[in-house]
Amino acid sequence: MIEVQGLRFGYAGAAPLFTDFNWQVQRGERWAVFGSSGCGKTTLLYLLAGLHRPQAGQVRIAGQPLQRPRPHTGLILQDYGLLPWATVRQNASLGLRVRDFYGPDGKHAPADFRPTQQDVTPWLERLGLLPVAEQYPAQLSGGQRQRTAIARTLALQPDLLLMDEPFSSLDAVTREALQDLTCELCQEQSLTLVLVTHAIEEAVRMGEHILLLGQPPNSNAVCFENPFASCHVAADEMGRTALIQQLRQELNRR
Amino acid sequence: MKRRDLLLASLALLSAWYLLALIIQRPILPAPDKVLLVFFQELGRGLLLHFAASLGRAVAGMTIAVLLAVPAGLGLGATPRLNRFFSPILYLLYPIPKVVLTPIVLLLLGIGDLAKITMIVLILFFQVLVLVRDQAAGLPPQLLHSLRSLGAGRRALLRFVYLPAALPSILTALRQSIGTTVAVLYVTELFATRWGLGYYIYYQGSTLLNYPAMYAGVLAMSLLGLGLYFAVDGLERRLCPWKFVA
Repeated sequence: MIEVQGLRFGYAGAAPLFTDFNWQVQRGERWAVFGSSGCGKTTLLYLLAGLHRPQAGQVRIAGQPLQRPRPHTGLILQDYGLLPWATVRQNASLGLRVRDFYGPDGKHAPADFRPTQQDVTPWLERLGLLPVAEQYPAQLSGGQRQRTAIARTLALQPDLLLMDEPFSSLDAVTREALQDLTCELCQEQSLTLVLVTHAIEEAVRMGEHILLLGQPPNSNAVCFENPFASCHVAADEMGRTALIQQLRQELNRR
Repeated sequence: MKRRDLLLASLALLSAWYLLALIIQRPILPAPDKVLLVFFQELGRGLLLHFAASLGRAVAGMTIAVLLAVPAGLGLGATPRLNRFFSPILYLLYPIPKVVLTPIVLLLLGIGDLAKITMIVLILFFQVLVLVRDQAAGLPPQLLHSLRSLGAGRRALLRFVYLPAALPSILTALRQSIGTTVAVLYVTELFATRWGLGYYIYYQGSTLLNYPAMYAGVLAMSLLGLGLYFAVDGLERRLCPWKFVA
């Protein structure tokens, strides 16, 4: 699903974050990208979203080299990216309205896209947002805003979901509920998930695979298999603790 | 603003006026009850038409200014390179009080409606331009990234982000400029026109020495400014309901 080949990227005037970086993600996998601040996690997500261009190497998604944001990739950011002047319903249907705006040009919207009635009610219902559908983001709790961002993304029926620290500003109960919901939705919709987090517990809870990024430049993808990732199933706490310990040691070494 | 508070403020101002008129006891400051009476009499004798002429010029000027300044402001705000190029020019032009250009505009464009409306456009254009530009340039990058990830290109960003984000700035600029707009309207209507509140006030006060009628004109001009202010408030409530939620 995702192939990163010989990637090089850095911001102007700063040391490169990635040099000759290679990484692969198979369709339907759930990945957590974990690392400390400034290691390049968010930058990697932006590269996968087509919002940044590699300086060398390439990113291929579903076999195609990525030149620009791809209609079938959904991106959810830390601050939700909701329009403050639009209601929950309008925000949730925003992606569909953008597609209607351009029509099925294969660039901004999939070539097989058909203009819709923009009815996002099923998604609002699925995410428990119907009671607040006509409210504005300023009237919502953090959890409801994040659900709105998820509804907006899933309404576009993506095959790849990219999330940048999506639950970091939420309280523990809401965070766990949304983590479980995300896992469920990924299974339901057969989504490939790449979730960026700086929280080691979240990486272990959400990622069936974990990519560890260290101090830049990152050249080798350090990956961990995580049999303890849970989605409503009783977690193996001892196994998780051991993996968390291992990740901590690896992070300290880098 | 509550209606009751507005009513109380109006009563307080009228009382102060009344008191002042009682103290001064000169024809130059008639009492408000006399002015109100004349105001209603004058409405049927042409004051309403003068009001309509002034209102027409103000609305035309405001509309043209918005139509010119909004695309320019959005273009500058959304294109950093363009903004860097034009910023020094704007920096120099923005603080110039446009009222001082009145004689030049009258000389260049003549003394008809074109010059009068152009003056209003000049004043409003820079206010709207600068506020819209700053609003567009200050949009959080995450908001734009998130929209671009949904497939939005430049046109969709303008339609779904920049334009709605600019609406409050446009209305703020209009609100801030209403006082100056009405003042300039008065100045420009002193020249070569027979219609407009500026002409009416000057004619009644300086030629006919009919002070109550002159004050009726001043009242009409104040109501014009107040009406425009309320209209912008109403527009904001209608176009930006999200600003009024808790």
